[in-house]
Amino acid sequence: MKYLDEYRDAGLARQMANEIHRLTTRNWNIMEVCGGQTHAIVKFGIDELLPKHINLIHGPGCPVCVTPLDIIDKAIEIAARPNVIFTSFGDMLRVPGSKLDLLSVKAAGGDVRIVYSPLDAVKIAAQNPDREVVFFGVGFETTAPATAMGIFQAAQMGLKNFSMLISHVLVPPAMEALLSSPICRVQAFLAAGHVCSVMGFEEYFPVAAKYRVPIVVTGFEPLDILQGILMVVQQLESGRAEVENQYSRAVRREGNQPAQALMRQVFKVVHRRWRGIGQIPMSGLGLAEPYAAFDAELRFGLADHQVEEPAECQSGLVLQGVKKPHECPAFGQRCTPEHPLGATMVSSEGACAAYYRYRRQPAAATATSL
Amino acid sequence: MHPLEFNLSCPLPIQQYPNVLMAHGGGGKMMNQLLETVFGRAFSNPLLDQRHDSAAFQPPPGRLAMTTDSYVVKPLFFPGGDIGSMAVHGTVNDLAMSGARPLYLSTAFIIEEGLPMETLWRVVCSMRGAADRCQVQIITGDTKVVDKGKGDGLFINTTGIGVLEHSLTITPQQVQPGDAILVSGDLGRHGMAIMAARESLEFESAIESDSAPVHEVILQLIQAGIKIHCLRDLTRGGLASALNEIAEAAKVRIAVTETAVPIREDVHGACEILGLDPFQVANEGRFVAFVAAEDAEKTLEIMRQNAVSSGAALIGNVTDRAEPMVVLRSRIGASRILDMATGEQLPRIC
Repeated sequence: MKYLDEYRDAGLARQMANEIHRLTTRNWNIMEVCGGQTHAIVKFGIDELLPKHINLIHGPGCPVCVTPLDIIDKAIEIAARPNVIFTSFGDMLRVPGSKLDLLSVKAAGGDVRIVYSPLDAVKIAAQNPDREVVFFGVGFETTAPATAMGIFQAAQMGLKNFSMLISHVLVPPAMEALLSSPICRVQAFLAAGHVCSVMGFEEYFPVAAKYRVPIVVTGFEPLDILQGILMVVQQLESGRAEVENQYSRAVRREGNQPAQALMRQVFKVVHRRWRGIGQIPMSGLGLAEPYAAFDAELRFGLADHQVEEPAECQSGLVLQGVKKPHECPAFGQRCTPEHPLGATMVSSEGACAAYYRYRRQPAAATATSL
Repeated sequence: MHPLEFNLSCPLPIQQYPNVLMAHGGGGKMMNQLLETVFGRAFSNPLLDQRHDSAAFQPPPGRLAMTTDSYVVKPLFFPGGDIGSMAVHGTVNDLAMSGARPLYLSTAFIIEEGLPMETLWRVVCSMRGAADRCQVQIITGDTKVVDKGKGDGLFINTTGIGVLEHSLTITPQQVQPGDAILVSGDLGRHGMAIMAARESLEFESAIESDSAPVHEVILQLIQAGIKIHCLRDLTRGGLASALNEIAEAAKVRIAVTETAVPIREDVHGACEILGLDPFQVANEGRFVAFVAAEDAEKTLEIMRQNAVSSGAALIGNVTDRAEPMVVLRSRIGASRILDMATGEQLPRIC
């Protein structure tokens, strides 16, 4: 397929892997921030092509995984109300709250609908003036502009029956939180290409300088990821700590400025709790004052309540790159996609789900050639 | 062949009731009228025309195969098919998976009150057309009407009976190390066609369902003496579920080469956008065949000569008797597990 197969070429992948082998002289811990990259690495077996010295640490960039438990509980509480149409991206529906998930609410008669864009939720609100329509706004800077546009349009249309439960999070504060943690092993980052296509990569210069870490903005196809790793290894081996852009076909230094302007208009930066990690200062987006009328938490008068993660779930350590999924004693035993203990086992971007889905058995048999 | 050529331009037989009413399932005159003028007229054949509670017939010599399936699809009409043709193809294909020649179908309709009569008629006409193409007869049936809001327009069940004109045992337990694995064409079209139609997703080109009967090509494979060990139609759960189920039942390990599995570019693109795995997406006119290794080439040749399986491909083999597993050789040369989907496929966030 055009624009895809070129980035999945086996010969080029092998060449790039050979170059990484040639350059690598010692152990390096490299974190890919985004869960989409984690899945690509495990799905295509990219890590199998790398030298043993390269340890890929899977980062917290899975929006479903880091959405706090109490927000999921709030979503469930709103969705179960009789006059509500609750709209969400598909992969939030299976994430366990403290007791239920949204699919169970749907099964019990709640009107829970999958949408592909917040703008679809706005349409539903316009078509159902007698119902309260709520959109579950989660994700990183990647999905935030669309959420902002949904709020902006709803305000322009004067919709009174539309609101959003918002739990947007920001990548750079999370990277800083990881780097300042005493258990941090990360020596370099592959930054998430799609986040940077919106935000650009100027935010990363102070991070790279302060913590002396190379940061390479990286795409999602096998060759993107291999090239990102190669660029990171070149920096590590030569003692540099710079911000570079592997994903130049999609990312400009300044990013998508109209999208950023809309985000600044609709959102304000707030403190946010991350599931499995804890509170990170100024790491989230909430609605700015002029748009507070669209805040579902205010509209439905939901009180904050603290809920505890199951003690057995080690997703926090996985999200911080301290543990690999299969190193958790519950992995594949008491925690499976059918009966997940934490969100990392259900999300299509969760590291535990990737390991469960693609390599439950460490030694997979090799296919005979055809 | 039936004397009437059934197509979508057939005139609607019941003019005075534009929608199905509860009374059409009430056992009285209105129900009788519905049965006679819609179902009786469309499905007419000597066994059905006896209008008895059950159809009695003399089975031909040979073992019989029997299967049943219920069809629930939204929307009822989609690019490349509709619930009526699908209800025939699906059950015919299930019979074909044991190498049976399909003979007779029963059908049961559960109709939601208010369904446009024209919609019902179009579905029934499509079913008759599909039955004729598959050379099966619908010989008995039932209708129920349920209250508005208690159904999704229309549900159809079909049960099929076929005859086995061969002595092969086609089951997962026959699968052996060394067996060649073939698929009958490109994968994922039905699932993506339905998803695109249901969610009003706009792709550059309309993806049409692969819904089609596959029994003819299987009968040809049997006639040609191919040592077929197992067949499975790739409906819900797609190739991933079928291979895992067979590996589990046969207690074998299966190896598949990712680049050998045919997937059309538009389907591939739609799956990439939505974060779905085309190996887990449903098909309605595709099957996987496990055959003795020495028959692989001949199987491929016969399959490719039939329009319904012209895109057939050899995708892998059974490696050994080991802990059941399906291993995929990835595009860039590494290996990974090909697992079945957990539950409903949910499109991802970003």
